[in-house]
Amino acid sequence: MAYQKTEIMSQFEPVIGLEVHLQLNTKTKIFCSCANQYGCAPNTNVCPVCLGLPGSLPVLNRQALLYAIKVGLALNAEINSFIKFDRKNYYYPDLPKGYQISQFDFPVAKDGFLKIKSGNQEKRIGIKRAHLEEDAGKSMHDNTGSCSLVDFNRTGTPLIEIVTEPDLRSPQEAYDYLNILKLTLQYLGVSDCDMEKGSLRCDANISIRPVGQAALGTKTELKNMNSFRAVKAALEYEIRRHEQVILAGGKIVQETMLWDDTQAQTQTMRSKEEAHDYRYFPDPDLVPFTVDYKTIDSVRAELPELPQAKLVRFLSQYELSEYDANILVADSGMADFFEAAVKEYPQAKKVANWLAGPVSMELKNRKIPIHGLKLTPKALVELIAKVEDGVVSNLVGKEVLGLMLDQGKGAEEIIQAKGMAQVSDDSALFAIIDEVIAQNAAVVDQIKSGKPNAAGFLVGQAMKKSGGRANPKKLNELITRKIAGV
Amino acid sequence: MSISKKDVKYVAALARIDLPEEDLEGFTQTLGKIVHYVEQLQKLNLDNVKPTSHAVPVGNVFRSDAVKPSLTNSQSLAIAVEAKDGCFKVPLVIE
Repeated sequence: MAYQKTEIMSQFEPVIGLEVHLQLNTKTKIFCSCANQYGCAPNTNVCPVCLGLPGSLPVLNRQALLYAIKVGLALNAEINSFIKFDRKNYYYPDLPKGYQISQFDFPVAKDGFLKIKSGNQEKRIGIKRAHLEEDAGKSMHDNTGSCSLVDFNRTGTPLIEIVTEPDLRSPQEAYDYLNILKLTLQYLGVSDCDMEKGSLRCDANISIRPVGQAALGTKTELKNMNSFRAVKAALEYEIRRHEQVILAGGKIVQETMLWDDTQAQTQTMRSKEEAHDYRYFPDPDLVPFTVDYKTIDSVRAELPELPQAKLVRFLSQYELSEYDANILVADSGMADFFEAAVKEYPQAKKVANWLAGPVSMELKNRKIPIHGLKLTPKALVELIAKVEDGVVSNLVGKEVLGLMLDQGKGAEEIIQAKGMAQVSDDSALFAIIDEVIAQNAAVVDQIKSGKPNAAGFLVGQAMKKSGGRANPKKLNELITRKIAGV
Repeated sequence: MSISKKDVKYVAALARIDLPEEDLEGFTQTLGKIVHYVEQLQKLNLDNVKPTSHAVPVGNVFRSDAVKPSLTNSQSLAIAVEAKDGCFKVPLVIE
C-alpha cells in the first residue's frame, strides 16, 4: 500500500531521533592488532580475538579511545571520567562471540549538542551519547538461497555510535543534522565517512503526536537507508504512514522497518529474533578506564577549527558571500587551499570565485579531491593575476587552468607555449576589425543609425576570429572608434 | 524473587537452548535455588560500597595502534564446520 502525500501534516508533529554509526580510521581494529582495512579477501583480516576463540583476550586500542574523545569534544559533549565496556548479547552468524562489545551505562561521551539552521534560526540538536563498540562481520546470502556465507574481516572495526535526543522535528532537520555531523566528523579526520562503503551508517526513530501534545507517540525504527537523501525520504514516507494509520483509527506498532529505496517505501522487518533483550552486563575481559583531564586537554588541543566556526570566520574575515563561504567550508581541503591562496593574493572574493567555480568544476569532472590536483595555491593565484591583468581573458583563463592540471605546469609557461596571451596590440586588432566590418555592413549601418549596442555583435565576431585571444574591452573601444570615423 | 517456568523458557530461548518440556520443572527449581542463594546479598548494608563491575583492581590497559599479522584464510577456516568461497558457511539467516 502506498501512502500518498496529504494535506494533514499540520495536525501532527513528527519527533525524530537519529543513530549514526561511524567506522573510525585507526590503523588497527578496536580490540586486536589486525589491520583495520576495507576490501581484503574474505577472512584474511582476522585473528583469534576477531573469531571469538576461547582463551583470546580483547585489549583496547588507545587510538580508538582518543578518537572517540575527539568526536565527543567536537559534539560539545561531556567526556566521562570513568568508562567501561559491556556485552550486548544476541545471536547472529556474523557475531562470532554471541555478543557485541559495546558500552552501556558509562559511554565515552554524553550530553552534547550540534547546531543546525532551521529556517532563519539556529537550533540545538541534543546528543544523548557517543559510545565505542565493535563492528560485526558481514553475512552474504548464497544465490542458491540455501545458505549464508560469513566474512569476519569487518569484525572488530572500531565504531562510534552517536545518538541524538528526540529533538528533530522534520525530515529536513534530520537531513541538515546529518550533513553538518558528517562535515564535522570529516574535519576531525577520524573516518572517511563514506556511506557507500558503510563507514557511516544511519538509523532513525520516528513517531508523531498531535500538535501541542507533550506525550510521545509510538515510534518505529527505520533501517537500511544508504544515503542521507534516503533517510529523508524514508522519514517522509513513514510520517505519512503513521498519520494515515492513526487517522483511520488504527495504532502504530512499535517495530523495525526496512527502507526499500527502489520501491520508495518502508517494510516491516520480518525476523526470527526474539523481542530485543540484550542482557547487557560488564565485559569481564576488559578492565575499566579512567580518562583524566590531561588526556582530555591534549585531545582538545588537537581539535581543528570546526566547519561552523570556520564559516562564521570566513564571512567576516574575507567578506565572502554565504554561497561562496559554504562551498569552501564544505571541504576542509578546499578551505585550507583558499586561505593559503589568499595569503599570496589578498583578493579573497576573486580567489573564492575561482575555487567555487572553475576549480570545483575541474574537481567534479576529474572526480578527485583538491589535494589530488596538480595545483598549488601559488600556481592558482598566478593564473588569477594573469586574468586580472588582462593577459588572458576569463574564458581562456579557464582553459589555461585545465592545461595546468593536465600538465602540472605554471600559467605563464602554458600561456607562452600555446600563444594564448590576449592580443591588445592596436594594429593586430585593426586587421581583424576591418575584416568584421567589411562582412557585416548591415550591422555597421545599425550602429551608425543610433544603435550602439549592436557593436556587441561585432565584438563577438571579432573575438571568434581571434580564437578568443583578443582583448574584448579593447576590441569594443576600437570598433566604436573605427565606425565613428575617429 | 521466585523463578517461574515462563522465565526459564524465556531465558532458554534467548540462549538458544532447546529445553525439553520434561526438564522444565527441574530447571525452574534449580535456577530458583541459585537466585535465592544470591538474594542473601540483599540483606547486606551496601550504602558505602561503590558499584563494582570488575573484581580486579586494574584499569587503563591499552594496546598501541600497530598492525600485527592476521591469520591466513585457511587458518581462519580451519575451525569452520563448513566453508565456501573463503567464507564460513552457515544455515540461511534470512527467509
